[in-house]
Amino acid sequence: MKEFQAKHAMGSGLKGEALVASDGFSARYDLDRIGGSFSRPSHKLAGQSYVGKILVLDTAKGGVASAWMLREMAARGRAPAALVFNSVNPILAQGAALAGLAMLAGFECDITSQVPHGAQVEIDPARRILRVLGS
Amino acid sequence: MKLNDLERAMLAGELGGAPQKALEHQIQVGEFFGAAEFVEVTQAHVMADTESLGESGVAWLEALALEEGARVRVPTITDPRGTDFAKAAFLKQAHWMLALERRAIEALVRLGVAMTDTCINYQTIQAPTRGESVAFGDTGVVIYANSVCGARSNFEGGPSALAAGLTGRTPRYGFHLDEQRRGTLRVRVEYVPKRLNDWGALGGVIGRLAGNYWAVPAIEGLEDAWPGSDALKHFGAAMASFGSVAMFHLMGVTPEAVPGSLPIAHRVGEAQVRALQAAYAGTDEVDVVVFSAPQLSLYELRALAALCDGRRFVKPLLAVTSPQVKPDADRFGYTQRIEAAGGHVLAGMCFYQSYAREVAEANGWKRLATNSAKMVNILGGYGYVPLLASMERCVQAAVTGKLP
Repeated sequence: MKEFQAKHAMGSGLKGEALVASDGFSARYDLDRIGGSFSRPSHKLAGQSYVGKILVLDTAKGGVASAWMLREMAARGRAPAALVFNSVNPILAQGAALAGLAMLAGFECDITSQVPHGAQVEIDPARRILRVLGS
Repeated sequence: MKLNDLERAMLAGELGGAPQKALEHQIQVGEFFGAAEFVEVTQAHVMADTESLGESGVAWLEALALEEGARVRVPTITDPRGTDFAKAAFLKQAHWMLALERRAIEALVRLGVAMTDTCINYQTIQAPTRGESVAFGDTGVVIYANSVCGARSNFEGGPSALAAGLTGRTPRYGFHLDEQRRGTLRVRVEYVPKRLNDWGALGGVIGRLAGNYWAVPAIEGLEDAWPGSDALKHFGAAMASFGSVAMFHLMGVTPEAVPGSLPIAHRVGEAQVRALQAAYAGTDEVDVVVFSAPQLSLYELRALAALCDGRRFVKPLLAVTSPQVKPDADRFGYTQRIEAAGGHVLAGMCFYQSYAREVAEANGWKRLATNSAKMVNILGGYGYVPLLASMERCVQAAVTGKLP
């Protein structure tokens, strides 16, 4: 079982399936928020559903809208379960705080190269730890 | 976080439930980023279009507006709305969108927010000055305020900007700190952009190279370019859009730019700028032409009006500006000249924040030509085929249906 220490953390602990890509994240630019999938054609997760998944991505991209959108997605049951980023901008932190989503950010390694796509992972924000349970 | 007496009173609910909730939210974000304390802000700018808010967000705003103490403490203004009510029928927006907009406006007004509906407040309302701490939403507004004005703001999403309005402060982290404002990435530009779409494309290239919020490109080679406000607006907005970048230094132009000892990390020439533009040139057939993102200044509308004289459009052409600029564009005849050619001047919205996906489906718009690098970056995710071209070529496309 591998563990990774994050610099920043918020929210409550949970387990789930990881959706992993070395790509960015913007709720406005990248997602079909109604259908619950990545919709930008050039995104590495294009066409894949993110609902209930633990997103493991490189960095937050783009606009400020994600701050509202995460909460709105959560209200409709169309949100990811948690967010894990190498680097996070304030918008995602603000949005996760408002939506009540767990989030980890800032690792010693490139976290997207360490977590296998589809692996079961555990988020432990109190200890700022991501655990890979198995794929 | 260390709190002063006023902040402790807010947190204890002594000033009402609204500032209490706002401060709690700000502490959660501040502690995530390791902020030691709050910093007072002079103004806040809230992004609150209903496409982003959704019904649940509007209901959240309405509930907040009914709380005790639900009144902003510092001047608090808004980013573009999701519609121009006068043009909603032309856009074929649905009644539910307009009803939701009206509910959001009512709640924001009750909170004391001034509905300026602009993403160019630094050109139309009040530009912040060097060292001034503010809480701005809209990434284009933040990057301009930090870089060109020398003011201090993080990207403040709608909830956080509104929280800053209600508490009069924001957590001191990120671009409120001297150490975050230094250049981290030296970029040598070996090409001088000419038109706004070129400046936007160059901003997009540098944004991609920088790639994240905490990177601050220190850009040299444009000391004699004298871009001016509109070019820097497109440059910064695209850099923020493509790279989530919140600040850049432009040697010889921006106030905090100082020659550093960083090695040159990237050289950017015309080829890279052309390559980015070529990625948004998939077809020459055009369904609609849109000038927006950021909203057009009075001078951009003046230039557009001159290009429209004597023309007759076969494809819709939309020019989107702020409610502050629109009356002047009317008075000076720019609106009339654009609309005489068959165009539409809209105010108070921004195209991509105004239900762009639904508007595309309702109107059969897919291939969209614009001079905004920011907008082509966004609209790919909304089902459009975005095309980036100069204002001149875009106008010609509205005349013939094809990009020349």
